[in-house]
Amino acid sequence: MPASHAAAPGASQPTETQRRSSENTIKSNTVSPDSFRIRCQNITKAYPGVVANDQISLAIRPGEIHALLGENGAGKSTLMKILYGVTAPDAGNIWFDDQPIALKSPAQARRLGIGMVFQHFSLFETLTVVENIALSLDKQQAGNLKNLAKRIETISSHYGMPVDPHRHVHSLSTGERQRVEIIRCLVQDISLLILDEPTSVLTPQEVSNLFKTLKKLATEGCSLLFISHKLQEVKALCDQATVLRQGKIAGTCDPRTTSTEAMASMMVGNQTTLGKRYRFSTGTKKTHCLEICDLTELSSSEFGTTLKEINLSIQPGEILGIAGVAGNGQKELLRFLSGEDLTSSAESIKLKGKNIGQLTPGKRRKLGVAVVPEERLGRGAVPDMSLSENGLLTGFLQNLIARGFLQRGRIHGYANRVIDQFRVKANGHGADAKSLSGGNLQKFIIGREIIQNPELLICASPTWGVDVGAANIIHEALIDLRDKGAAIIVISEDLDELFQISDRIGALCHGNLSPIKPLQHTSINEVGQWMAGVFDTEFQDEQLHSETPVKEYELS
Amino acid sequence: MDIELLTNILFAMVRTGTPLLLVALGELVCEKSGVLNLGQEGMMLMGAVVGFIAALTTGNLMLGVMMGIMAGMAMACLFGVLAIQLRANQVATGLALTIFGAGLSAYIGTDYVGQGLSGFQPFIVPLLSDIPVLGKVLFSQDALVYLSFIICIVLWLFFKFSRPGLMIKAIGESPYSATAVGLPVIPARWIALLFGGAMAGMGGAYLSLAYTPLWAEGMTAGRGWIGLALVVFASWKVERVLLGAWLFGLASIMHLVLQGMGASISSNLLATLPYLATIVVLVLLSSNQSRSRMLAPMSLGKPYHPAG
Repeated sequence: MPASHAAAPGASQPTETQRRSSENTIKSNTVSPDSFRIRCQNITKAYPGVVANDQISLAIRPGEIHALLGENGAGKSTLMKILYGVTAPDAGNIWFDDQPIALKSPAQARRLGIGMVFQHFSLFETLTVVENIALSLDKQQAGNLKNLAKRIETISSHYGMPVDPHRHVHSLSTGERQRVEIIRCLVQDISLLILDEPTSVLTPQEVSNLFKTLKKLATEGCSLLFISHKLQEVKALCDQATVLRQGKIAGTCDPRTTSTEAMASMMVGNQTTLGKRYRFSTGTKKTHCLEICDLTELSSSEFGTTLKEINLSIQPGEILGIAGVAGNGQKELLRFLSGEDLTSSAESIKLKGKNIGQLTPGKRRKLGVAVVPEERLGRGAVPDMSLSENGLLTGFLQNLIARGFLQRGRIHGYANRVIDQFRVKANGHGADAKSLSGGNLQKFIIGREIIQNPELLICASPTWGVDVGAANIIHEALIDLRDKGAAIIVISEDLDELFQISDRIGALCHGNLSPIKPLQHTSINEVGQWMAGVFDTEFQDEQLHSETPVKEYELS
Repeated sequence: MDIELLTNILFAMVRTGTPLLLVALGELVCEKSGVLNLGQEGMMLMGAVVGFIAALTTGNLMLGVMMGIMAGMAMACLFGVLAIQLRANQVATGLALTIFGAGLSAYIGTDYVGQGLSGFQPFIVPLLSDIPVLGKVLFSQDALVYLSFIICIVLWLFFKFSRPGLMIKAIGESPYSATAVGLPVIPARWIALLFGGAMAGMGGAYLSLAYTPLWAEGMTAGRGWIGLALVVFASWKVERVLLGAWLFGLASIMHLVLQGMGASISSNLLATLPYLATIVVLVLLSSNQSRSRMLAPMSLGKPYHPAG
């Protein structure tokens, strides 16, 4: 068990490691009675209107890194919640170390030795690292804080995850917070670690460090369940994969020998264009649509990032991608561009030569600026209002109001056009925004802006949480809008997406903007360096001229 | 100003500050867990009237205090059912509790208005009370004042060093994260709320059994609100609540002192001092946004929906 290993490094369990290397192909449905860390059979869980898990079986051996692959809504998180005791299945059995168990709470799961790293961290910002960890332990396990801090230091150095136990969590970076989450699991004697999309918040460099840690854990006999939809990462890390689609098992495979295309088609079930690079455009080069000059501004929010001398310009007819790990100034940049925060000097932001830095959002919209914020409910849409009303919120210039009166028919028609064109699955234009799934609401919000043909569209994470089919619709709509001559800024954490649609790309790190290069003249590795704050990369890479950049992870 | 006058002023300051200290400490614990209970005034009034009636009919002061505490807890229970269990808006529920407590206490206490009883007598601590000035100020008070000191120290240790204290802070910051690590959010909020009710009840009973041993309608005269302001004034820190309570106590006896010295300032105007002080502190705190956020429990006043 990892915690005991931390005390005595190097002592591994040879039987398990040998077993792992000798049989690395396991079919989840043909289970032999012995030697599984966790095994579940015919897990079924239904929610009103949807069967989230339908007869799911899966088994993980000690020391195995098992991938759970699937699109958003495929049932990954339901299964993970069942395995961690958050929700109870309607039917099905679970064995842990070959003992049948009925998980009733996360506390019980932890006592058994199951740890979980959440996608959205469950840390207390105002407390220190050691206090946070103490809270998740039993009183006896936690002991006094001084000893616990020592244990944290031992574990963090043993697994190569440096973190200072006495720092307050709000002062940590996202990567460091994730380390705290992992260490929090490791200080307990865990033998199964579940990770829910752990790489979604990390830079490529942080990802490769994380993978080193996870590999080390596995060689020491800890089993890992790695939930992801990133195929390259699964290929680089995992011994075994179970693919879910629409609540059912779509297949199992050995990701090391299975091609990403094969896994992708298992995930999506049809031949969708996955990772297709759209045609490039170089802009019309006549004028600048938007110019940002020496934008240096403090964040208006408490733990925000200060923007430092941001300079960029974008021409009509091009898509500028801005990469970066969340919390490096994206939110602030978006707020200053949209007008939610006003710049201290009006000249910082120019739209077609006109200073707009101190114009309010409504005035900017009248000048042809459309914005899609990251948070859908609350900023992108009002949860308790219908789609029609939410459409009107930004579509008020689309001839929906006559002499001060709302034109109901036109408003509904406008919402219906968005719903049809972007294939939003909703119960008509009268459906409440909050009743839509995240992906469908995103399609509606993006659609409502694109349909207005803005001159400048600024959107944050346009396809976050959207399934592949819908993502393609959104991407194609963005490309069409660009070809009509609009300038588009896409702020996203998803590098794959940015490399699919951007014409030029840059990255934000600690509020600084990297150089911006045409996409053909850079690589995913270079952008990764930018995301980590290394801007002066004279990058020599043989992939430079290849058509589609390939992700690489350094693994020892 | 001679030393005897100073001693007397400080003595009165501690006495006046005690009900404020009791109610503010209770509300502090309650707010640390994320529950904002604006019903302090109502809970105090119920504690005062029930405590007074119990002491008058049985002749037992301690029993009176106990009943006052129970009355405060019963009121807190009402708040808990609405605001914790049924997730009603905490501000509205708290205001309703204050209005309800004022009306109910007036109704219960009608027959007892004007009756007197012999309240808590000072208990002179041997040796310690011989210390000049401090001996009189701190060690010649009644039992409830000493109790308030003890509670203050215990709470300071509780939040500084104990695991349950850490848990309550965590729950007040993010009940959802707390659930994820397996902390009992609802039970902890109930306990914090009931403690707040007990302290408010005790504060009320102190007024009707020790400070001015009688019952009069609305006798708390806004002390519940001062207690609430005090928690903000103290930026949710126990030691500052103690200081603040005495400071506010001093402010509310200032008009007597000033009159004694021949100055003529309206007592009504002076009575506004605690509130002015609170506003000043609030402005100072919120001038630095990140710091003020770090001090207040982050999910204060937000209902918690389990599994949602």
